[in-house]
Amino acid sequence: MKIRAIALNTFKEATRNKIYYLLIFFGIFFVLSSKLVTLLTIGDHVKVLKDLGLASINFFSVLIAIFTGIDLVYKEIERKTIYNILSKPISRSCFIIGKFFGLALTLFVALISMVVMFFLFMLLFSGELDVRILVYFILLYFELLIITSISLLFSSISTPILSSVFTISLYLIGHVIWTFNEFKDKIVNPIIKIISYILYYTLPNLEKFNIKNSIVMNIDIDIGMILSSICYAIFYIAALLILTILIFNKREFQ
Amino acid sequence: MKAIEIKGLEKTFTSNFLLKKYKVLKDINISIEKGEIYGFLGPNGAGKTTTIKCMLGLISFDSGESLIYGKDSKSIEGREKIGFLPEHPYFYDYLTAKELLIFSGMLFSIPIKKVMNKAKYLLELVGLEGKEDLKLKKFSKGMIQRLGFAQTLINDPEIIILDEPFSGLDPIGRKELRDLIISLKKSGKTIFFSSHILQDMEMIVDTVGIILEGKTIKQGKLSDLISHSVQYHEVVFRGVDESLLKSNNIGFELKDNNYITKSKDFEKVNHIIEFIIMNHGKIISVTPFKMTLEDIFLEEINR
Repeated sequence: MKIRAIALNTFKEATRNKIYYLLIFFGIFFVLSSKLVTLLTIGDHVKVLKDLGLASINFFSVLIAIFTGIDLVYKEIERKTIYNILSKPISRSCFIIGKFFGLALTLFVALISMVVMFFLFMLLFSGELDVRILVYFILLYFELLIITSISLLFSSISTPILSSVFTISLYLIGHVIWTFNEFKDKIVNPIIKIISYILYYTLPNLEKFNIKNSIVMNIDIDIGMILSSICYAIFYIAALLILTILIFNKREFQ
Repeated sequence: MKAIEIKGLEKTFTSNFLLKKYKVLKDINISIEKGEIYGFLGPNGAGKTTTIKCMLGLISFDSGESLIYGKDSKSIEGREKIGFLPEHPYFYDYLTAKELLIFSGMLFSIPIKKVMNKAKYLLELVGLEGKEDLKLKKFSKGMIQRLGFAQTLINDPEIIILDEPFSGLDPIGRKELRDLIISLKKSGKTIFFSSHILQDMEMIVDTVGIILEGKTIKQGKLSDLISHSVQYHEVVFRGVDESLLKSNNIGFELKDNNYITKSKDFEKVNHIIEFIIMNHGKIISVTPFKMTLEDIFLEEINR
């Protein structure tokens, strides 16, 4: 019940924030404006439409994940609302877990709003529904949960500006880290090699959640790969939450 | 068993720069009986808020003990019994008054239905009826303070901790708060509050603890601290010849055609009164001037 209270309050806070609606609005706007782009391009319009729709939903949902997460805990400390919560019989771990679930709910509602618009639009335009796209969105959701856990961690230890810099950096690194795979084996210096291995396995590998090419190109999706990506997300999020709780437990609210 | 017991509390902060250490709490000792109103008195920066934060587990402490009915006050179990109002409370301005109280109640695992009824009752108690659905961003400072008090009582706490509750309140607000604190005491609650506003404290507390530079320097029943401290009696009278007073060595001042004489010696005061009556004078008033909490406080601080 206590986690639920924190989660619902976090959801309320995020959804009563104007930025949230603005981002959803822009997400939907971009999905719709893809129609315009199809008029200006030659070739498979459905493919272009899918491509642009998925890219814009991806972009705006990531923005929501970063910007609703980065100042969430920081703001509680800065505005001293945290005194009111942590003086009540609630553990700090419950507080962090509640915050995470509140953000997860916020992202879920934002993503669903955009996805529903996207499906309706695709149905009207092409007259067909590619349910495989749903798999893309499920994986995107898990990616968003990893991003939100990262922003929650930074929000617990740093200011919103630094948190956003760190989170965006990790997001970008997360999408190119796979290129490190071959590179790390070619390093000769043992120390740098060890560091490269540690970085490769600890930094988030967000490309695991990107199946956009398979969807747009109509290539078969590997179910095993999807399940392993989901498991990866769950373990990664759990590890991030544990780390956040450990740091948060040590914090002093002067 | 004591409602609140703090023994030898010590706390050191480390500054972010140069890692310089400074001890804020050096030896805090507090002992509060069930059903008491305890005033925690000290100048700004003495460590009042830090002590409260240590009690609630918002910050850790180096050594000492902080107990609520014999249990660690920082534990979840300890905090179940507490209602806390921070100084200048801040709440989520996107919530309505009712939503805030429901949220607070949920953190105590109170069933929704029960907490909704309780919220209604508490909003009436603090004079915010009709404001249930108003967003907190539209609340004035005084209204926020009242709402803060309402959320403090949401779990029907046995112990109520208030950090500087009188600061920022107007005279009417202070009177209402005093009345509320007294009514809570009557219903069996233990109230612990910090303040540097001595008048309010003197009017309602049973026990006072004075701290200075992180140390408890005095603690005791207000009645004990004050009753032993009648400083002098003032007798105001008229109708006695001035030369008679001088010849009997009775010192006086003349004000508005009245004589005023002061004495620390109670026997001498009796003697003066008899003298006035015997000489057909008229006594206007006899006033004992007791030591106020302010005098005690200043005396302790200057010691």
